[in-house]
Amino acid sequence: METLEHIISEHSFFSGLESYYTNLLTGCASNVRFEKGTYIFKEGEEANEFYLIRAGKVALEIFAPQRKPIMLATVGEGEVLGWSWLLPPYQWKVHAHAIETVRAIALDGKCLRTKCEENHDLGYEMLKRFARIMEQRLEATLLQLLDVYAAGK
Amino acid sequence: MTLQQLERLVPALHSRGYQVIGPIVRDGAIAYDVVESLSDLPVGWTDEQEAGRYRLRRRKNDNNDDEALFGYVVGPQSWKKYLHPPEVRLLTAERSGRTFRILNNEPAPPQRAFLGVRACELAAIAAQDRVLQGDRYRDPVYAARREGIFIVAVNCTQAAPTCFCTSMATGPRVRGAYDLALTELVGPGRHEFVIEAGSDAGAEVLAELAPASASSVASEALCQEAEGAVERAASQIRRRLDTTGIRDLLYANFDHPRWDNVAQRCLTCANCTMVCPTCFCTTVEDVSDVTGTHAERWRKWDSCFSQNFSYIHGGSVRSSAKSRYRQWMTHKLASWIDQFGSSGCVGCGRCITWCPVGIDITEEVRAIRESPASAKENNHGNS
Amino acid sequence: MTMATAATTDFMLPQPYLVQQVVKETADTFTLTLEPSDGTGRNRFQPGQFSMLWVFGVGELPISISGNPADRAQLVYTVRSVGKATHALVSREVGETVGVRGPFGTGWPVEKAEGRDVLVIAGGIGLAPLRPVIYEVLHNREKYGRLVILYGARSPRDLLYRKELTAWARQPETQVLVTVDYGGLSWRGHVGVVTTLFKNARLQPARTLAFACGPEIMMRFVARDLENQGFAPENIYLSMERNMKCAVGFCGHCQYGPHFICKDGPIFPYDRMRPLLEKYEL
Repeated sequence: METLEHIISEHSFFSGLESYYTNLLTGCASNVRFEKGTYIFKEGEEANEFYLIRAGKVALEIFAPQRKPIMLATVGEGEVLGWSWLLPPYQWKVHAHAIETVRAIALDGKCLRTKCEENHDLGYEMLKRFARIMEQRLEATLLQLLDVYAAGK
Repeated sequence: MTLQQLERLVPALHSRGYQVIGPIVRDGAIAYDVVESLSDLPVGWTDEQEAGRYRLRRRKNDNNDDEALFGYVVGPQSWKKYLHPPEVRLLTAERSGRTFRILNNEPAPPQRAFLGVRACELAAIAAQDRVLQGDRYRDPVYAARREGIFIVAVNCTQAAPTCFCTSMATGPRVRGAYDLALTELVGPGRHEFVIEAGSDAGAEVLAELAPASASSVASEALCQEAEGAVERAASQIRRRLDTTGIRDLLYANFDHPRWDNVAQRCLTCANCTMVCPTCFCTTVEDVSDVTGTHAERWRKWDSCFSQNFSYIHGGSVRSSAKSRYRQWMTHKLASWIDQFGSSGCVGCGRCITWCPVGIDITEEVRAIRESPASAKENNHGNS
Repeated sequence: MTMATAATTDFMLPQPYLVQQVVKETADTFTLTLEPSDGTGRNRFQPGQFSMLWVFGVGELPISISGNPADRAQLVYTVRSVGKATHALVSREVGETVGVRGPFGTGWPVEKAEGRDVLVIAGGIGLAPLRPVIYEVLHNREKYGRLVILYGARSPRDLLYRKELTAWARQPETQVLVTVDYGGLSWRGHVGVVTTLFKNARLQPARTLAFACGPEIMMRFVARDLENQGFAPENIYLSMERNMKCAVGFCGHCQYGPHFICKDGPIFPYDRMRPLLEKYEL
């Protein structure tokens, strides 16, 4: 049976992280499962965790009146869900909807923030990794905005 | 008072200029319409009601036909048919040159007397009074029809399985403002009424029906018998709606899975809003003739169950059946309290009877109350 | 049986107003200036209130008043043509008649801003119901502190009141920042959603009243951003919108939770709106 520590250290998101740090992270980790159709978190709620998705798929959604929920992006196996825990105001900006049953490792954001404040090297490692995710998401969103598939405007 | 004495009620009201509206049998149901005498009433009829079911049948009393005038509860219509009509013209206008003129030519509605107003219905009239006359604006259409209504209320001596007026503290004994209130006592070889006046106008009519004398005042025993009959009606009531903290309960359970459950059954047919005696939503339609010189504005009953009720440019805010059922029930039982100071539901049970799939508002409340979604489930429930 | 007299029912009856001017603001948006056809009429209004405008025989629409509250002679409305009734309204020509009922609703609490700074945040046509606030502040300048206007539209061609925006920016103690979602080829200004303007705005949350109007989702994000910047929720005001038929609380269409937008609103403080805004399909 895989231990939490093993899963974390093997996860691509944390590749290159010294085992000292993966130990620290394990202290803030737990196994979680979300049934298909449930919401993992909702816009406006306090953001106190992030998730390493091991199985299933999550849709990031925004609710606007008069429209069906708008799906912005999907996050799947091997990917990381949620970065709003990292920086103030620690608030989710979108809904996370488990569109398939999701198994994940939940990492306690408050616990981690404390550890990052105590150990700035850990903090830097986390920020580097999350910054890369944000950059990838931003680039993807820019391309989405361009609406490249639209018929000639 | 005997039946013969009561027979003089309708003529007495006519002589005072009232058009009398009362219950009649039509299309297999109790409806409200103009009555000319007590014989127009559903004499000897009763109703059988359950969720999604309504039938009339003849009353039987020890194998004899019973001639009760009020031996049933409430039908699909309510007094809002007259006070807050299904269709009413708000204005007529004429083009003149490049401008228009509003014509002040709406006919005055007749002076009316309502015969047979049940306790729940009296409460419903009071509720609509509050909505349409007791807030920032007074609706002149309602006011013109409401003013001067002579109310002959009737205390129920039987309850239908769908009634729950006791839960809503509206009945079965009439409470509130009425001119006359009567309790019918009928049995083998007897048919009499205990009647009391609730206003000066009522006392005046009562004096004509039964000129003051020792014999006209109801005996203590008769009054107690009338009380007992009404209490018997109360004891027959089976359905309960627990109103404790209901406003906060419904506000807090916006994401309860029960709404998905009822959404699978609800057809959004709007029957409940049509039969509900307190529902007041309307829409406005502007029409003009072919030449475009004559325009009318009409107001018609509308329902929050309709798809485009909440339409603003771009789409409807409440698109799903789930959101529309939730809106109706939450408004009726919760928001109404914030808006008007009391519940919008009078416990008449019509919505239960006339729902084609038998959705029962008392059961929906129970389901939510008995399993309030946990805080996390509420926020993360199925959507 | 008495018939209701005209005086008690004038909120039910449209008064005829003459179209004095029609100005095309954008491809689908027009500003109408109306004057009462008989010289009388109720032209006093609070910024943020709306009228029901009636096109003879076609239909009636709730439209925010977007003129100067100090101008008692006329009423001004900026209307976007999105359907049959709005199209009929914007197609009126000078000299034709439009029926007016109102004004209705609650206004922006500008009096609460006396001695304080005012932040106006508008998205798209949301600038129209806020323009009376801007007029009120600029025409009574000494009563108010700084004025900051943040305005976002879809594209440069959708910007309203462009000349006025330039004029307002030149007023003392006034900052105007404009952005668009899509810049196009010749736009040299800011590009991005209106919340991206916050970093350039000189704001002191503790002494500022914020008034926001635009698509609901925009107001939701703006209000949350303001709160995160230190604005108290009771100092943030939003203008809400729902289907309206009667404007006087009888038809039931405009209900939003327990509120009737026509008479309890359309202006609401954010502390009352926050729990409702997150409820989908409320």
